[in-house]
Amino acid sequence: MNKTLIILKREYLTRVAKKSFIVTTLIVPILMVGLMVVPAWLASRDDKQERTIAVYDESTLFMGQLEQEGYTKYHFVDQGTYGSLRENLTANNEFYALLYIPANIYTNSQAQLSSPKQVPLELAEEIERKLSQIIESDKRQKVIASAGVPDLESQLEGTRTKVSVNTVKVTETGEERKSSSMVAFITSYAMGFIIYFFVFMYGSMVMRSVMEEKKNRIVEVIISSVKPFQLMAGKILGTALVGLTQVAIWIILIVVGLTITQSMLSPESAQEMGKNIMDSQAQMGPMQPDMSEAQNQIAEVIEMIGNLNIPLIIFGFIFYFLGGYLLYSSLMGAVGAAVDNDEDSQQLVLPVTFPLILSIILLFSISRNPEGSVAFWASIIPFTSPICMLARIPYGVPAWELLLSMSLLVITLIGVIWVAAKIYRTGILMYGKKVNLKELYKWLTYKG
Amino acid sequence: MEYFVANNIHKEYGPTKALDDVSISVSEGSIFGLLGPNGAGKTTLIRIINQITAPDRGEVFLGGHRMKASDVSKIGYLPEERGLYKKMKIGEQALYLAQLKGLSRRDALRSLKYWFEKFDIVSWWDKKVEELSKGMQQKVQFIATVVHNPSLLIFDEPFSGFDPINANLIKHEILELKQKGATIIFSTHNMGTVEDLCDHIALINKSRKILDGLVYDVKEQYKSNIFEISYRGDFQKIQAMLDSSFVILEHKENSRENTIRVQQSQGGENNELLRIVTATSEIVSFREVIPSMNDVFIKAVEMYNGSNK
Repeated sequence: MNKTLIILKREYLTRVAKKSFIVTTLIVPILMVGLMVVPAWLASRDDKQERTIAVYDESTLFMGQLEQEGYTKYHFVDQGTYGSLRENLTANNEFYALLYIPANIYTNSQAQLSSPKQVPLELAEEIERKLSQIIESDKRQKVIASAGVPDLESQLEGTRTKVSVNTVKVTETGEERKSSSMVAFITSYAMGFIIYFFVFMYGSMVMRSVMEEKKNRIVEVIISSVKPFQLMAGKILGTALVGLTQVAIWIILIVVGLTITQSMLSPESAQEMGKNIMDSQAQMGPMQPDMSEAQNQIAEVIEMIGNLNIPLIIFGFIFYFLGGYLLYSSLMGAVGAAVDNDEDSQQLVLPVTFPLILSIILLFSISRNPEGSVAFWASIIPFTSPICMLARIPYGVPAWELLLSMSLLVITLIGVIWVAAKIYRTGILMYGKKVNLKELYKWLTYKG
Repeated sequence: MEYFVANNIHKEYGPTKALDDVSISVSEGSIFGLLGPNGAGKTTLIRIINQITAPDRGEVFLGGHRMKASDVSKIGYLPEERGLYKKMKIGEQALYLAQLKGLSRRDALRSLKYWFEKFDIVSWWDKKVEELSKGMQQKVQFIATVVHNPSLLIFDEPFSGFDPINANLIKHEILELKQKGATIIFSTHNMGTVEDLCDHIALINKSRKILDGLVYDVKEQYKSNIFEISYRGDFQKIQAMLDSSFVILEHKENSRENTIRVQQSQGGENNELLRIVTATSEIVSFREVIPSMNDVFIKAVEMYNGSNK
C-alpha cells in the first residue's frame, strides 16, 4: 500500500474514533435541529393565558371601544377604584395589570400599564396598537367631517397602494430570470461561514497533530520511513476526509431529525410550524406579509433558488473549499512544525489566519456591493478569495474574474505548499530554537 | 566487503557547516561506532544515511549500489530523539510503523508476534503507550526498529532510558542481529559500550572526521608507551637502574607488593624495562597500559581543538 495512504488511514481512523469527534458530530445537529424547531414550536403555541386588565380612562375616549381580543379582557374602573388598586397592586388577584389612560392622550400619546408582573412584549404591543387605532380613526373621522367633501372616506380608502418590486436578472442570452438578493445573500453568507469554520477547525487540527508528533519525538522515526512531504500530505488529506465525514453525518442526521420531529408533531402543527419557520425568515423583510402572500413568497423563493446557478455554485464551493483548506492547512502544518510549544504557535498562527478573519469581515462589504472594488480585489487575491469569491458567485460573477481568481489560487497553492513543505521538513527536526520569520526564511534556502 | 559507504559528504545549513568532507565505510556484518562530541555532526550524518536529509555534495552507497529512495526499507533506525503516539495502542502502533517500512500487514503481524514473544510483552499489545514506563516504551521502540528485518541498523544512544538489566538484554539482541549478518552503525557517548560492541570506529569533531579505524588499531595508535609493573623488591634499586629514557609516573608501595607506572621514550624495547626490573625484584605482573576509548576520545578531540584554534 502507498505510504501516504497508510498515513491517511491512520490519521482518519484515530480522529474518527476520538470521543471529541463523536460528541461534536452528534451534538451539533441536535443543536441545529433544536435551534430551528424549538422557536418555531414555541411560536406556534398561542399565548393562552387569560388576562383581565383594569382600565382607568381619564380621557373618556375609549369606553366601550376596547373590546376583548383573544384571551385579554378589559374592565373599566373609576378613579377611586383605580387609586385603591394602584396602592395594593401586588395584593390583588383580580386584575393582571392596570392601564391608565391620561386625559391628554390625544396630544401626548402616552399611556401607562402597571403590573406586579413582567408584562409580555406582545401584550404591550397589542394595547399600543389598539389605542393608536382608536385615536387614529377618531382623528380621521373628525378630519373627514370637517372637510365636508362627499365620499371622502371611500376616496381616501382608494388611495391605499402597495407596490412590490420583482428583481429580475437578465442573462447574457437575454433570458429573464427572477432573482432575489435575499436568496443570494443567504446562500453567499452560509457558504462563506461554512468554509471559514471548516478551514479554521480542521486547519488547527492539522497544526495540533503536527505539533503532537514533534513533541512526542515520533516524527524522526516516521520520516526515516516516509518522506516528510508524504507525511504532511497524508495528514492533511486524512483530516480533510474527517471533515467530509462529519459534514455527511450532519446532513444525514439533520434530515432524519427534521423528518422525525415533523412526523411526531400532528400534521396541522407541522404545517403551522413550517409556516412559522417561513414567517420568521420573512421577518427579515421590510414588512410582515399576510398568509396568502407568505405562500406566494415561498413559491417565489423556491423558484428563485431554482434560478441560482446551482451547478456553478456547487462547483465553486468544492473548488474554493478544497483550495482554501489546502492553502491554510499547509500553512498551519508548517507553523506546527516550526514551533516547540503552544505559546509560540499562537504568535505564528495569527499572521497565517489573519486573511481568513479578514475575509469574514469583508463578507459584509461584499453583500452590500458584490460588484464593488473591495469585492473584486478580495475575490481575486488568493488568501481571501476562497471565502470572498464564493460569496460573490450567487450574485453572478463575470467568467474572466472567476477564471483569474481560480488560476491565481492554484498558482499560490503550489507556491504555498512548496514553502510549507520546506518549513515543515526543517522544523519537525528542530528543537529548542525560538523561531521567527527571519529564521523561517532561512530554512527556505536549505537544500534537501 | 563494505556494505555501507559514504564518500566525501558535505552538508551546510546556511553559513554553518554540519559535515565537511566526511567519508566512512562500514564492513558487512560489523558494528561501526560513530563517535563525537555533541554538535559534531553525527546526527546529520545519520540523517543523511536515512535519507531524511540529502547531502550538498558526496555520495552514499548501500550494498554496492548508489542509495535509492526504496532503500529506506532496508534500514532500521532508532533515533536518539524518539517517542511514540501516547494515545495509540502498542500493537497498532508497531503495526503502523512496520507498514510504513513497507511490510504487508500479514508479514508485519508475523514479525511482531515473534518479537513480542521474544521480549515477553505479548500482553501489552492492547495497552496505550501512556500506560507504559519509559523503559517499556524503549522496548517497543526497539522492536519497531528491527521489525522489518533490516540489513543496516542505526542505533543512536540505544541504551538511554534502559535499566542495566534491560540494557544488557538489548546489547545481547544487537550482538545477535550482528551474528545473523546485519550491519550496524552505533552512535553513543558511552565509551564502555563502544569497547564492548564495536569493531570499527570513526570520530567526528567539528564537522570533520578526525579518527577512523579498527578499535584495536585506534587504541594502539593512541598508546603512549606506559607500562605498569607490580613487583616484590626495592623501589630505590629499580629507580637507580632506570636511565633517562624512562620516566617514572607513579609509584605505590604496600606491604605485599609495589607498583610503578613507567613511561618509556619512543623506540625503546619492552624487554629492556623487564630486564631491569627482574634484575633486582620478583615480578608479579607486567603489562602495557593501553588507553581506554574514553582516553582516546578525549585526547583526539583535545588535540584537534588545540591545533585548530
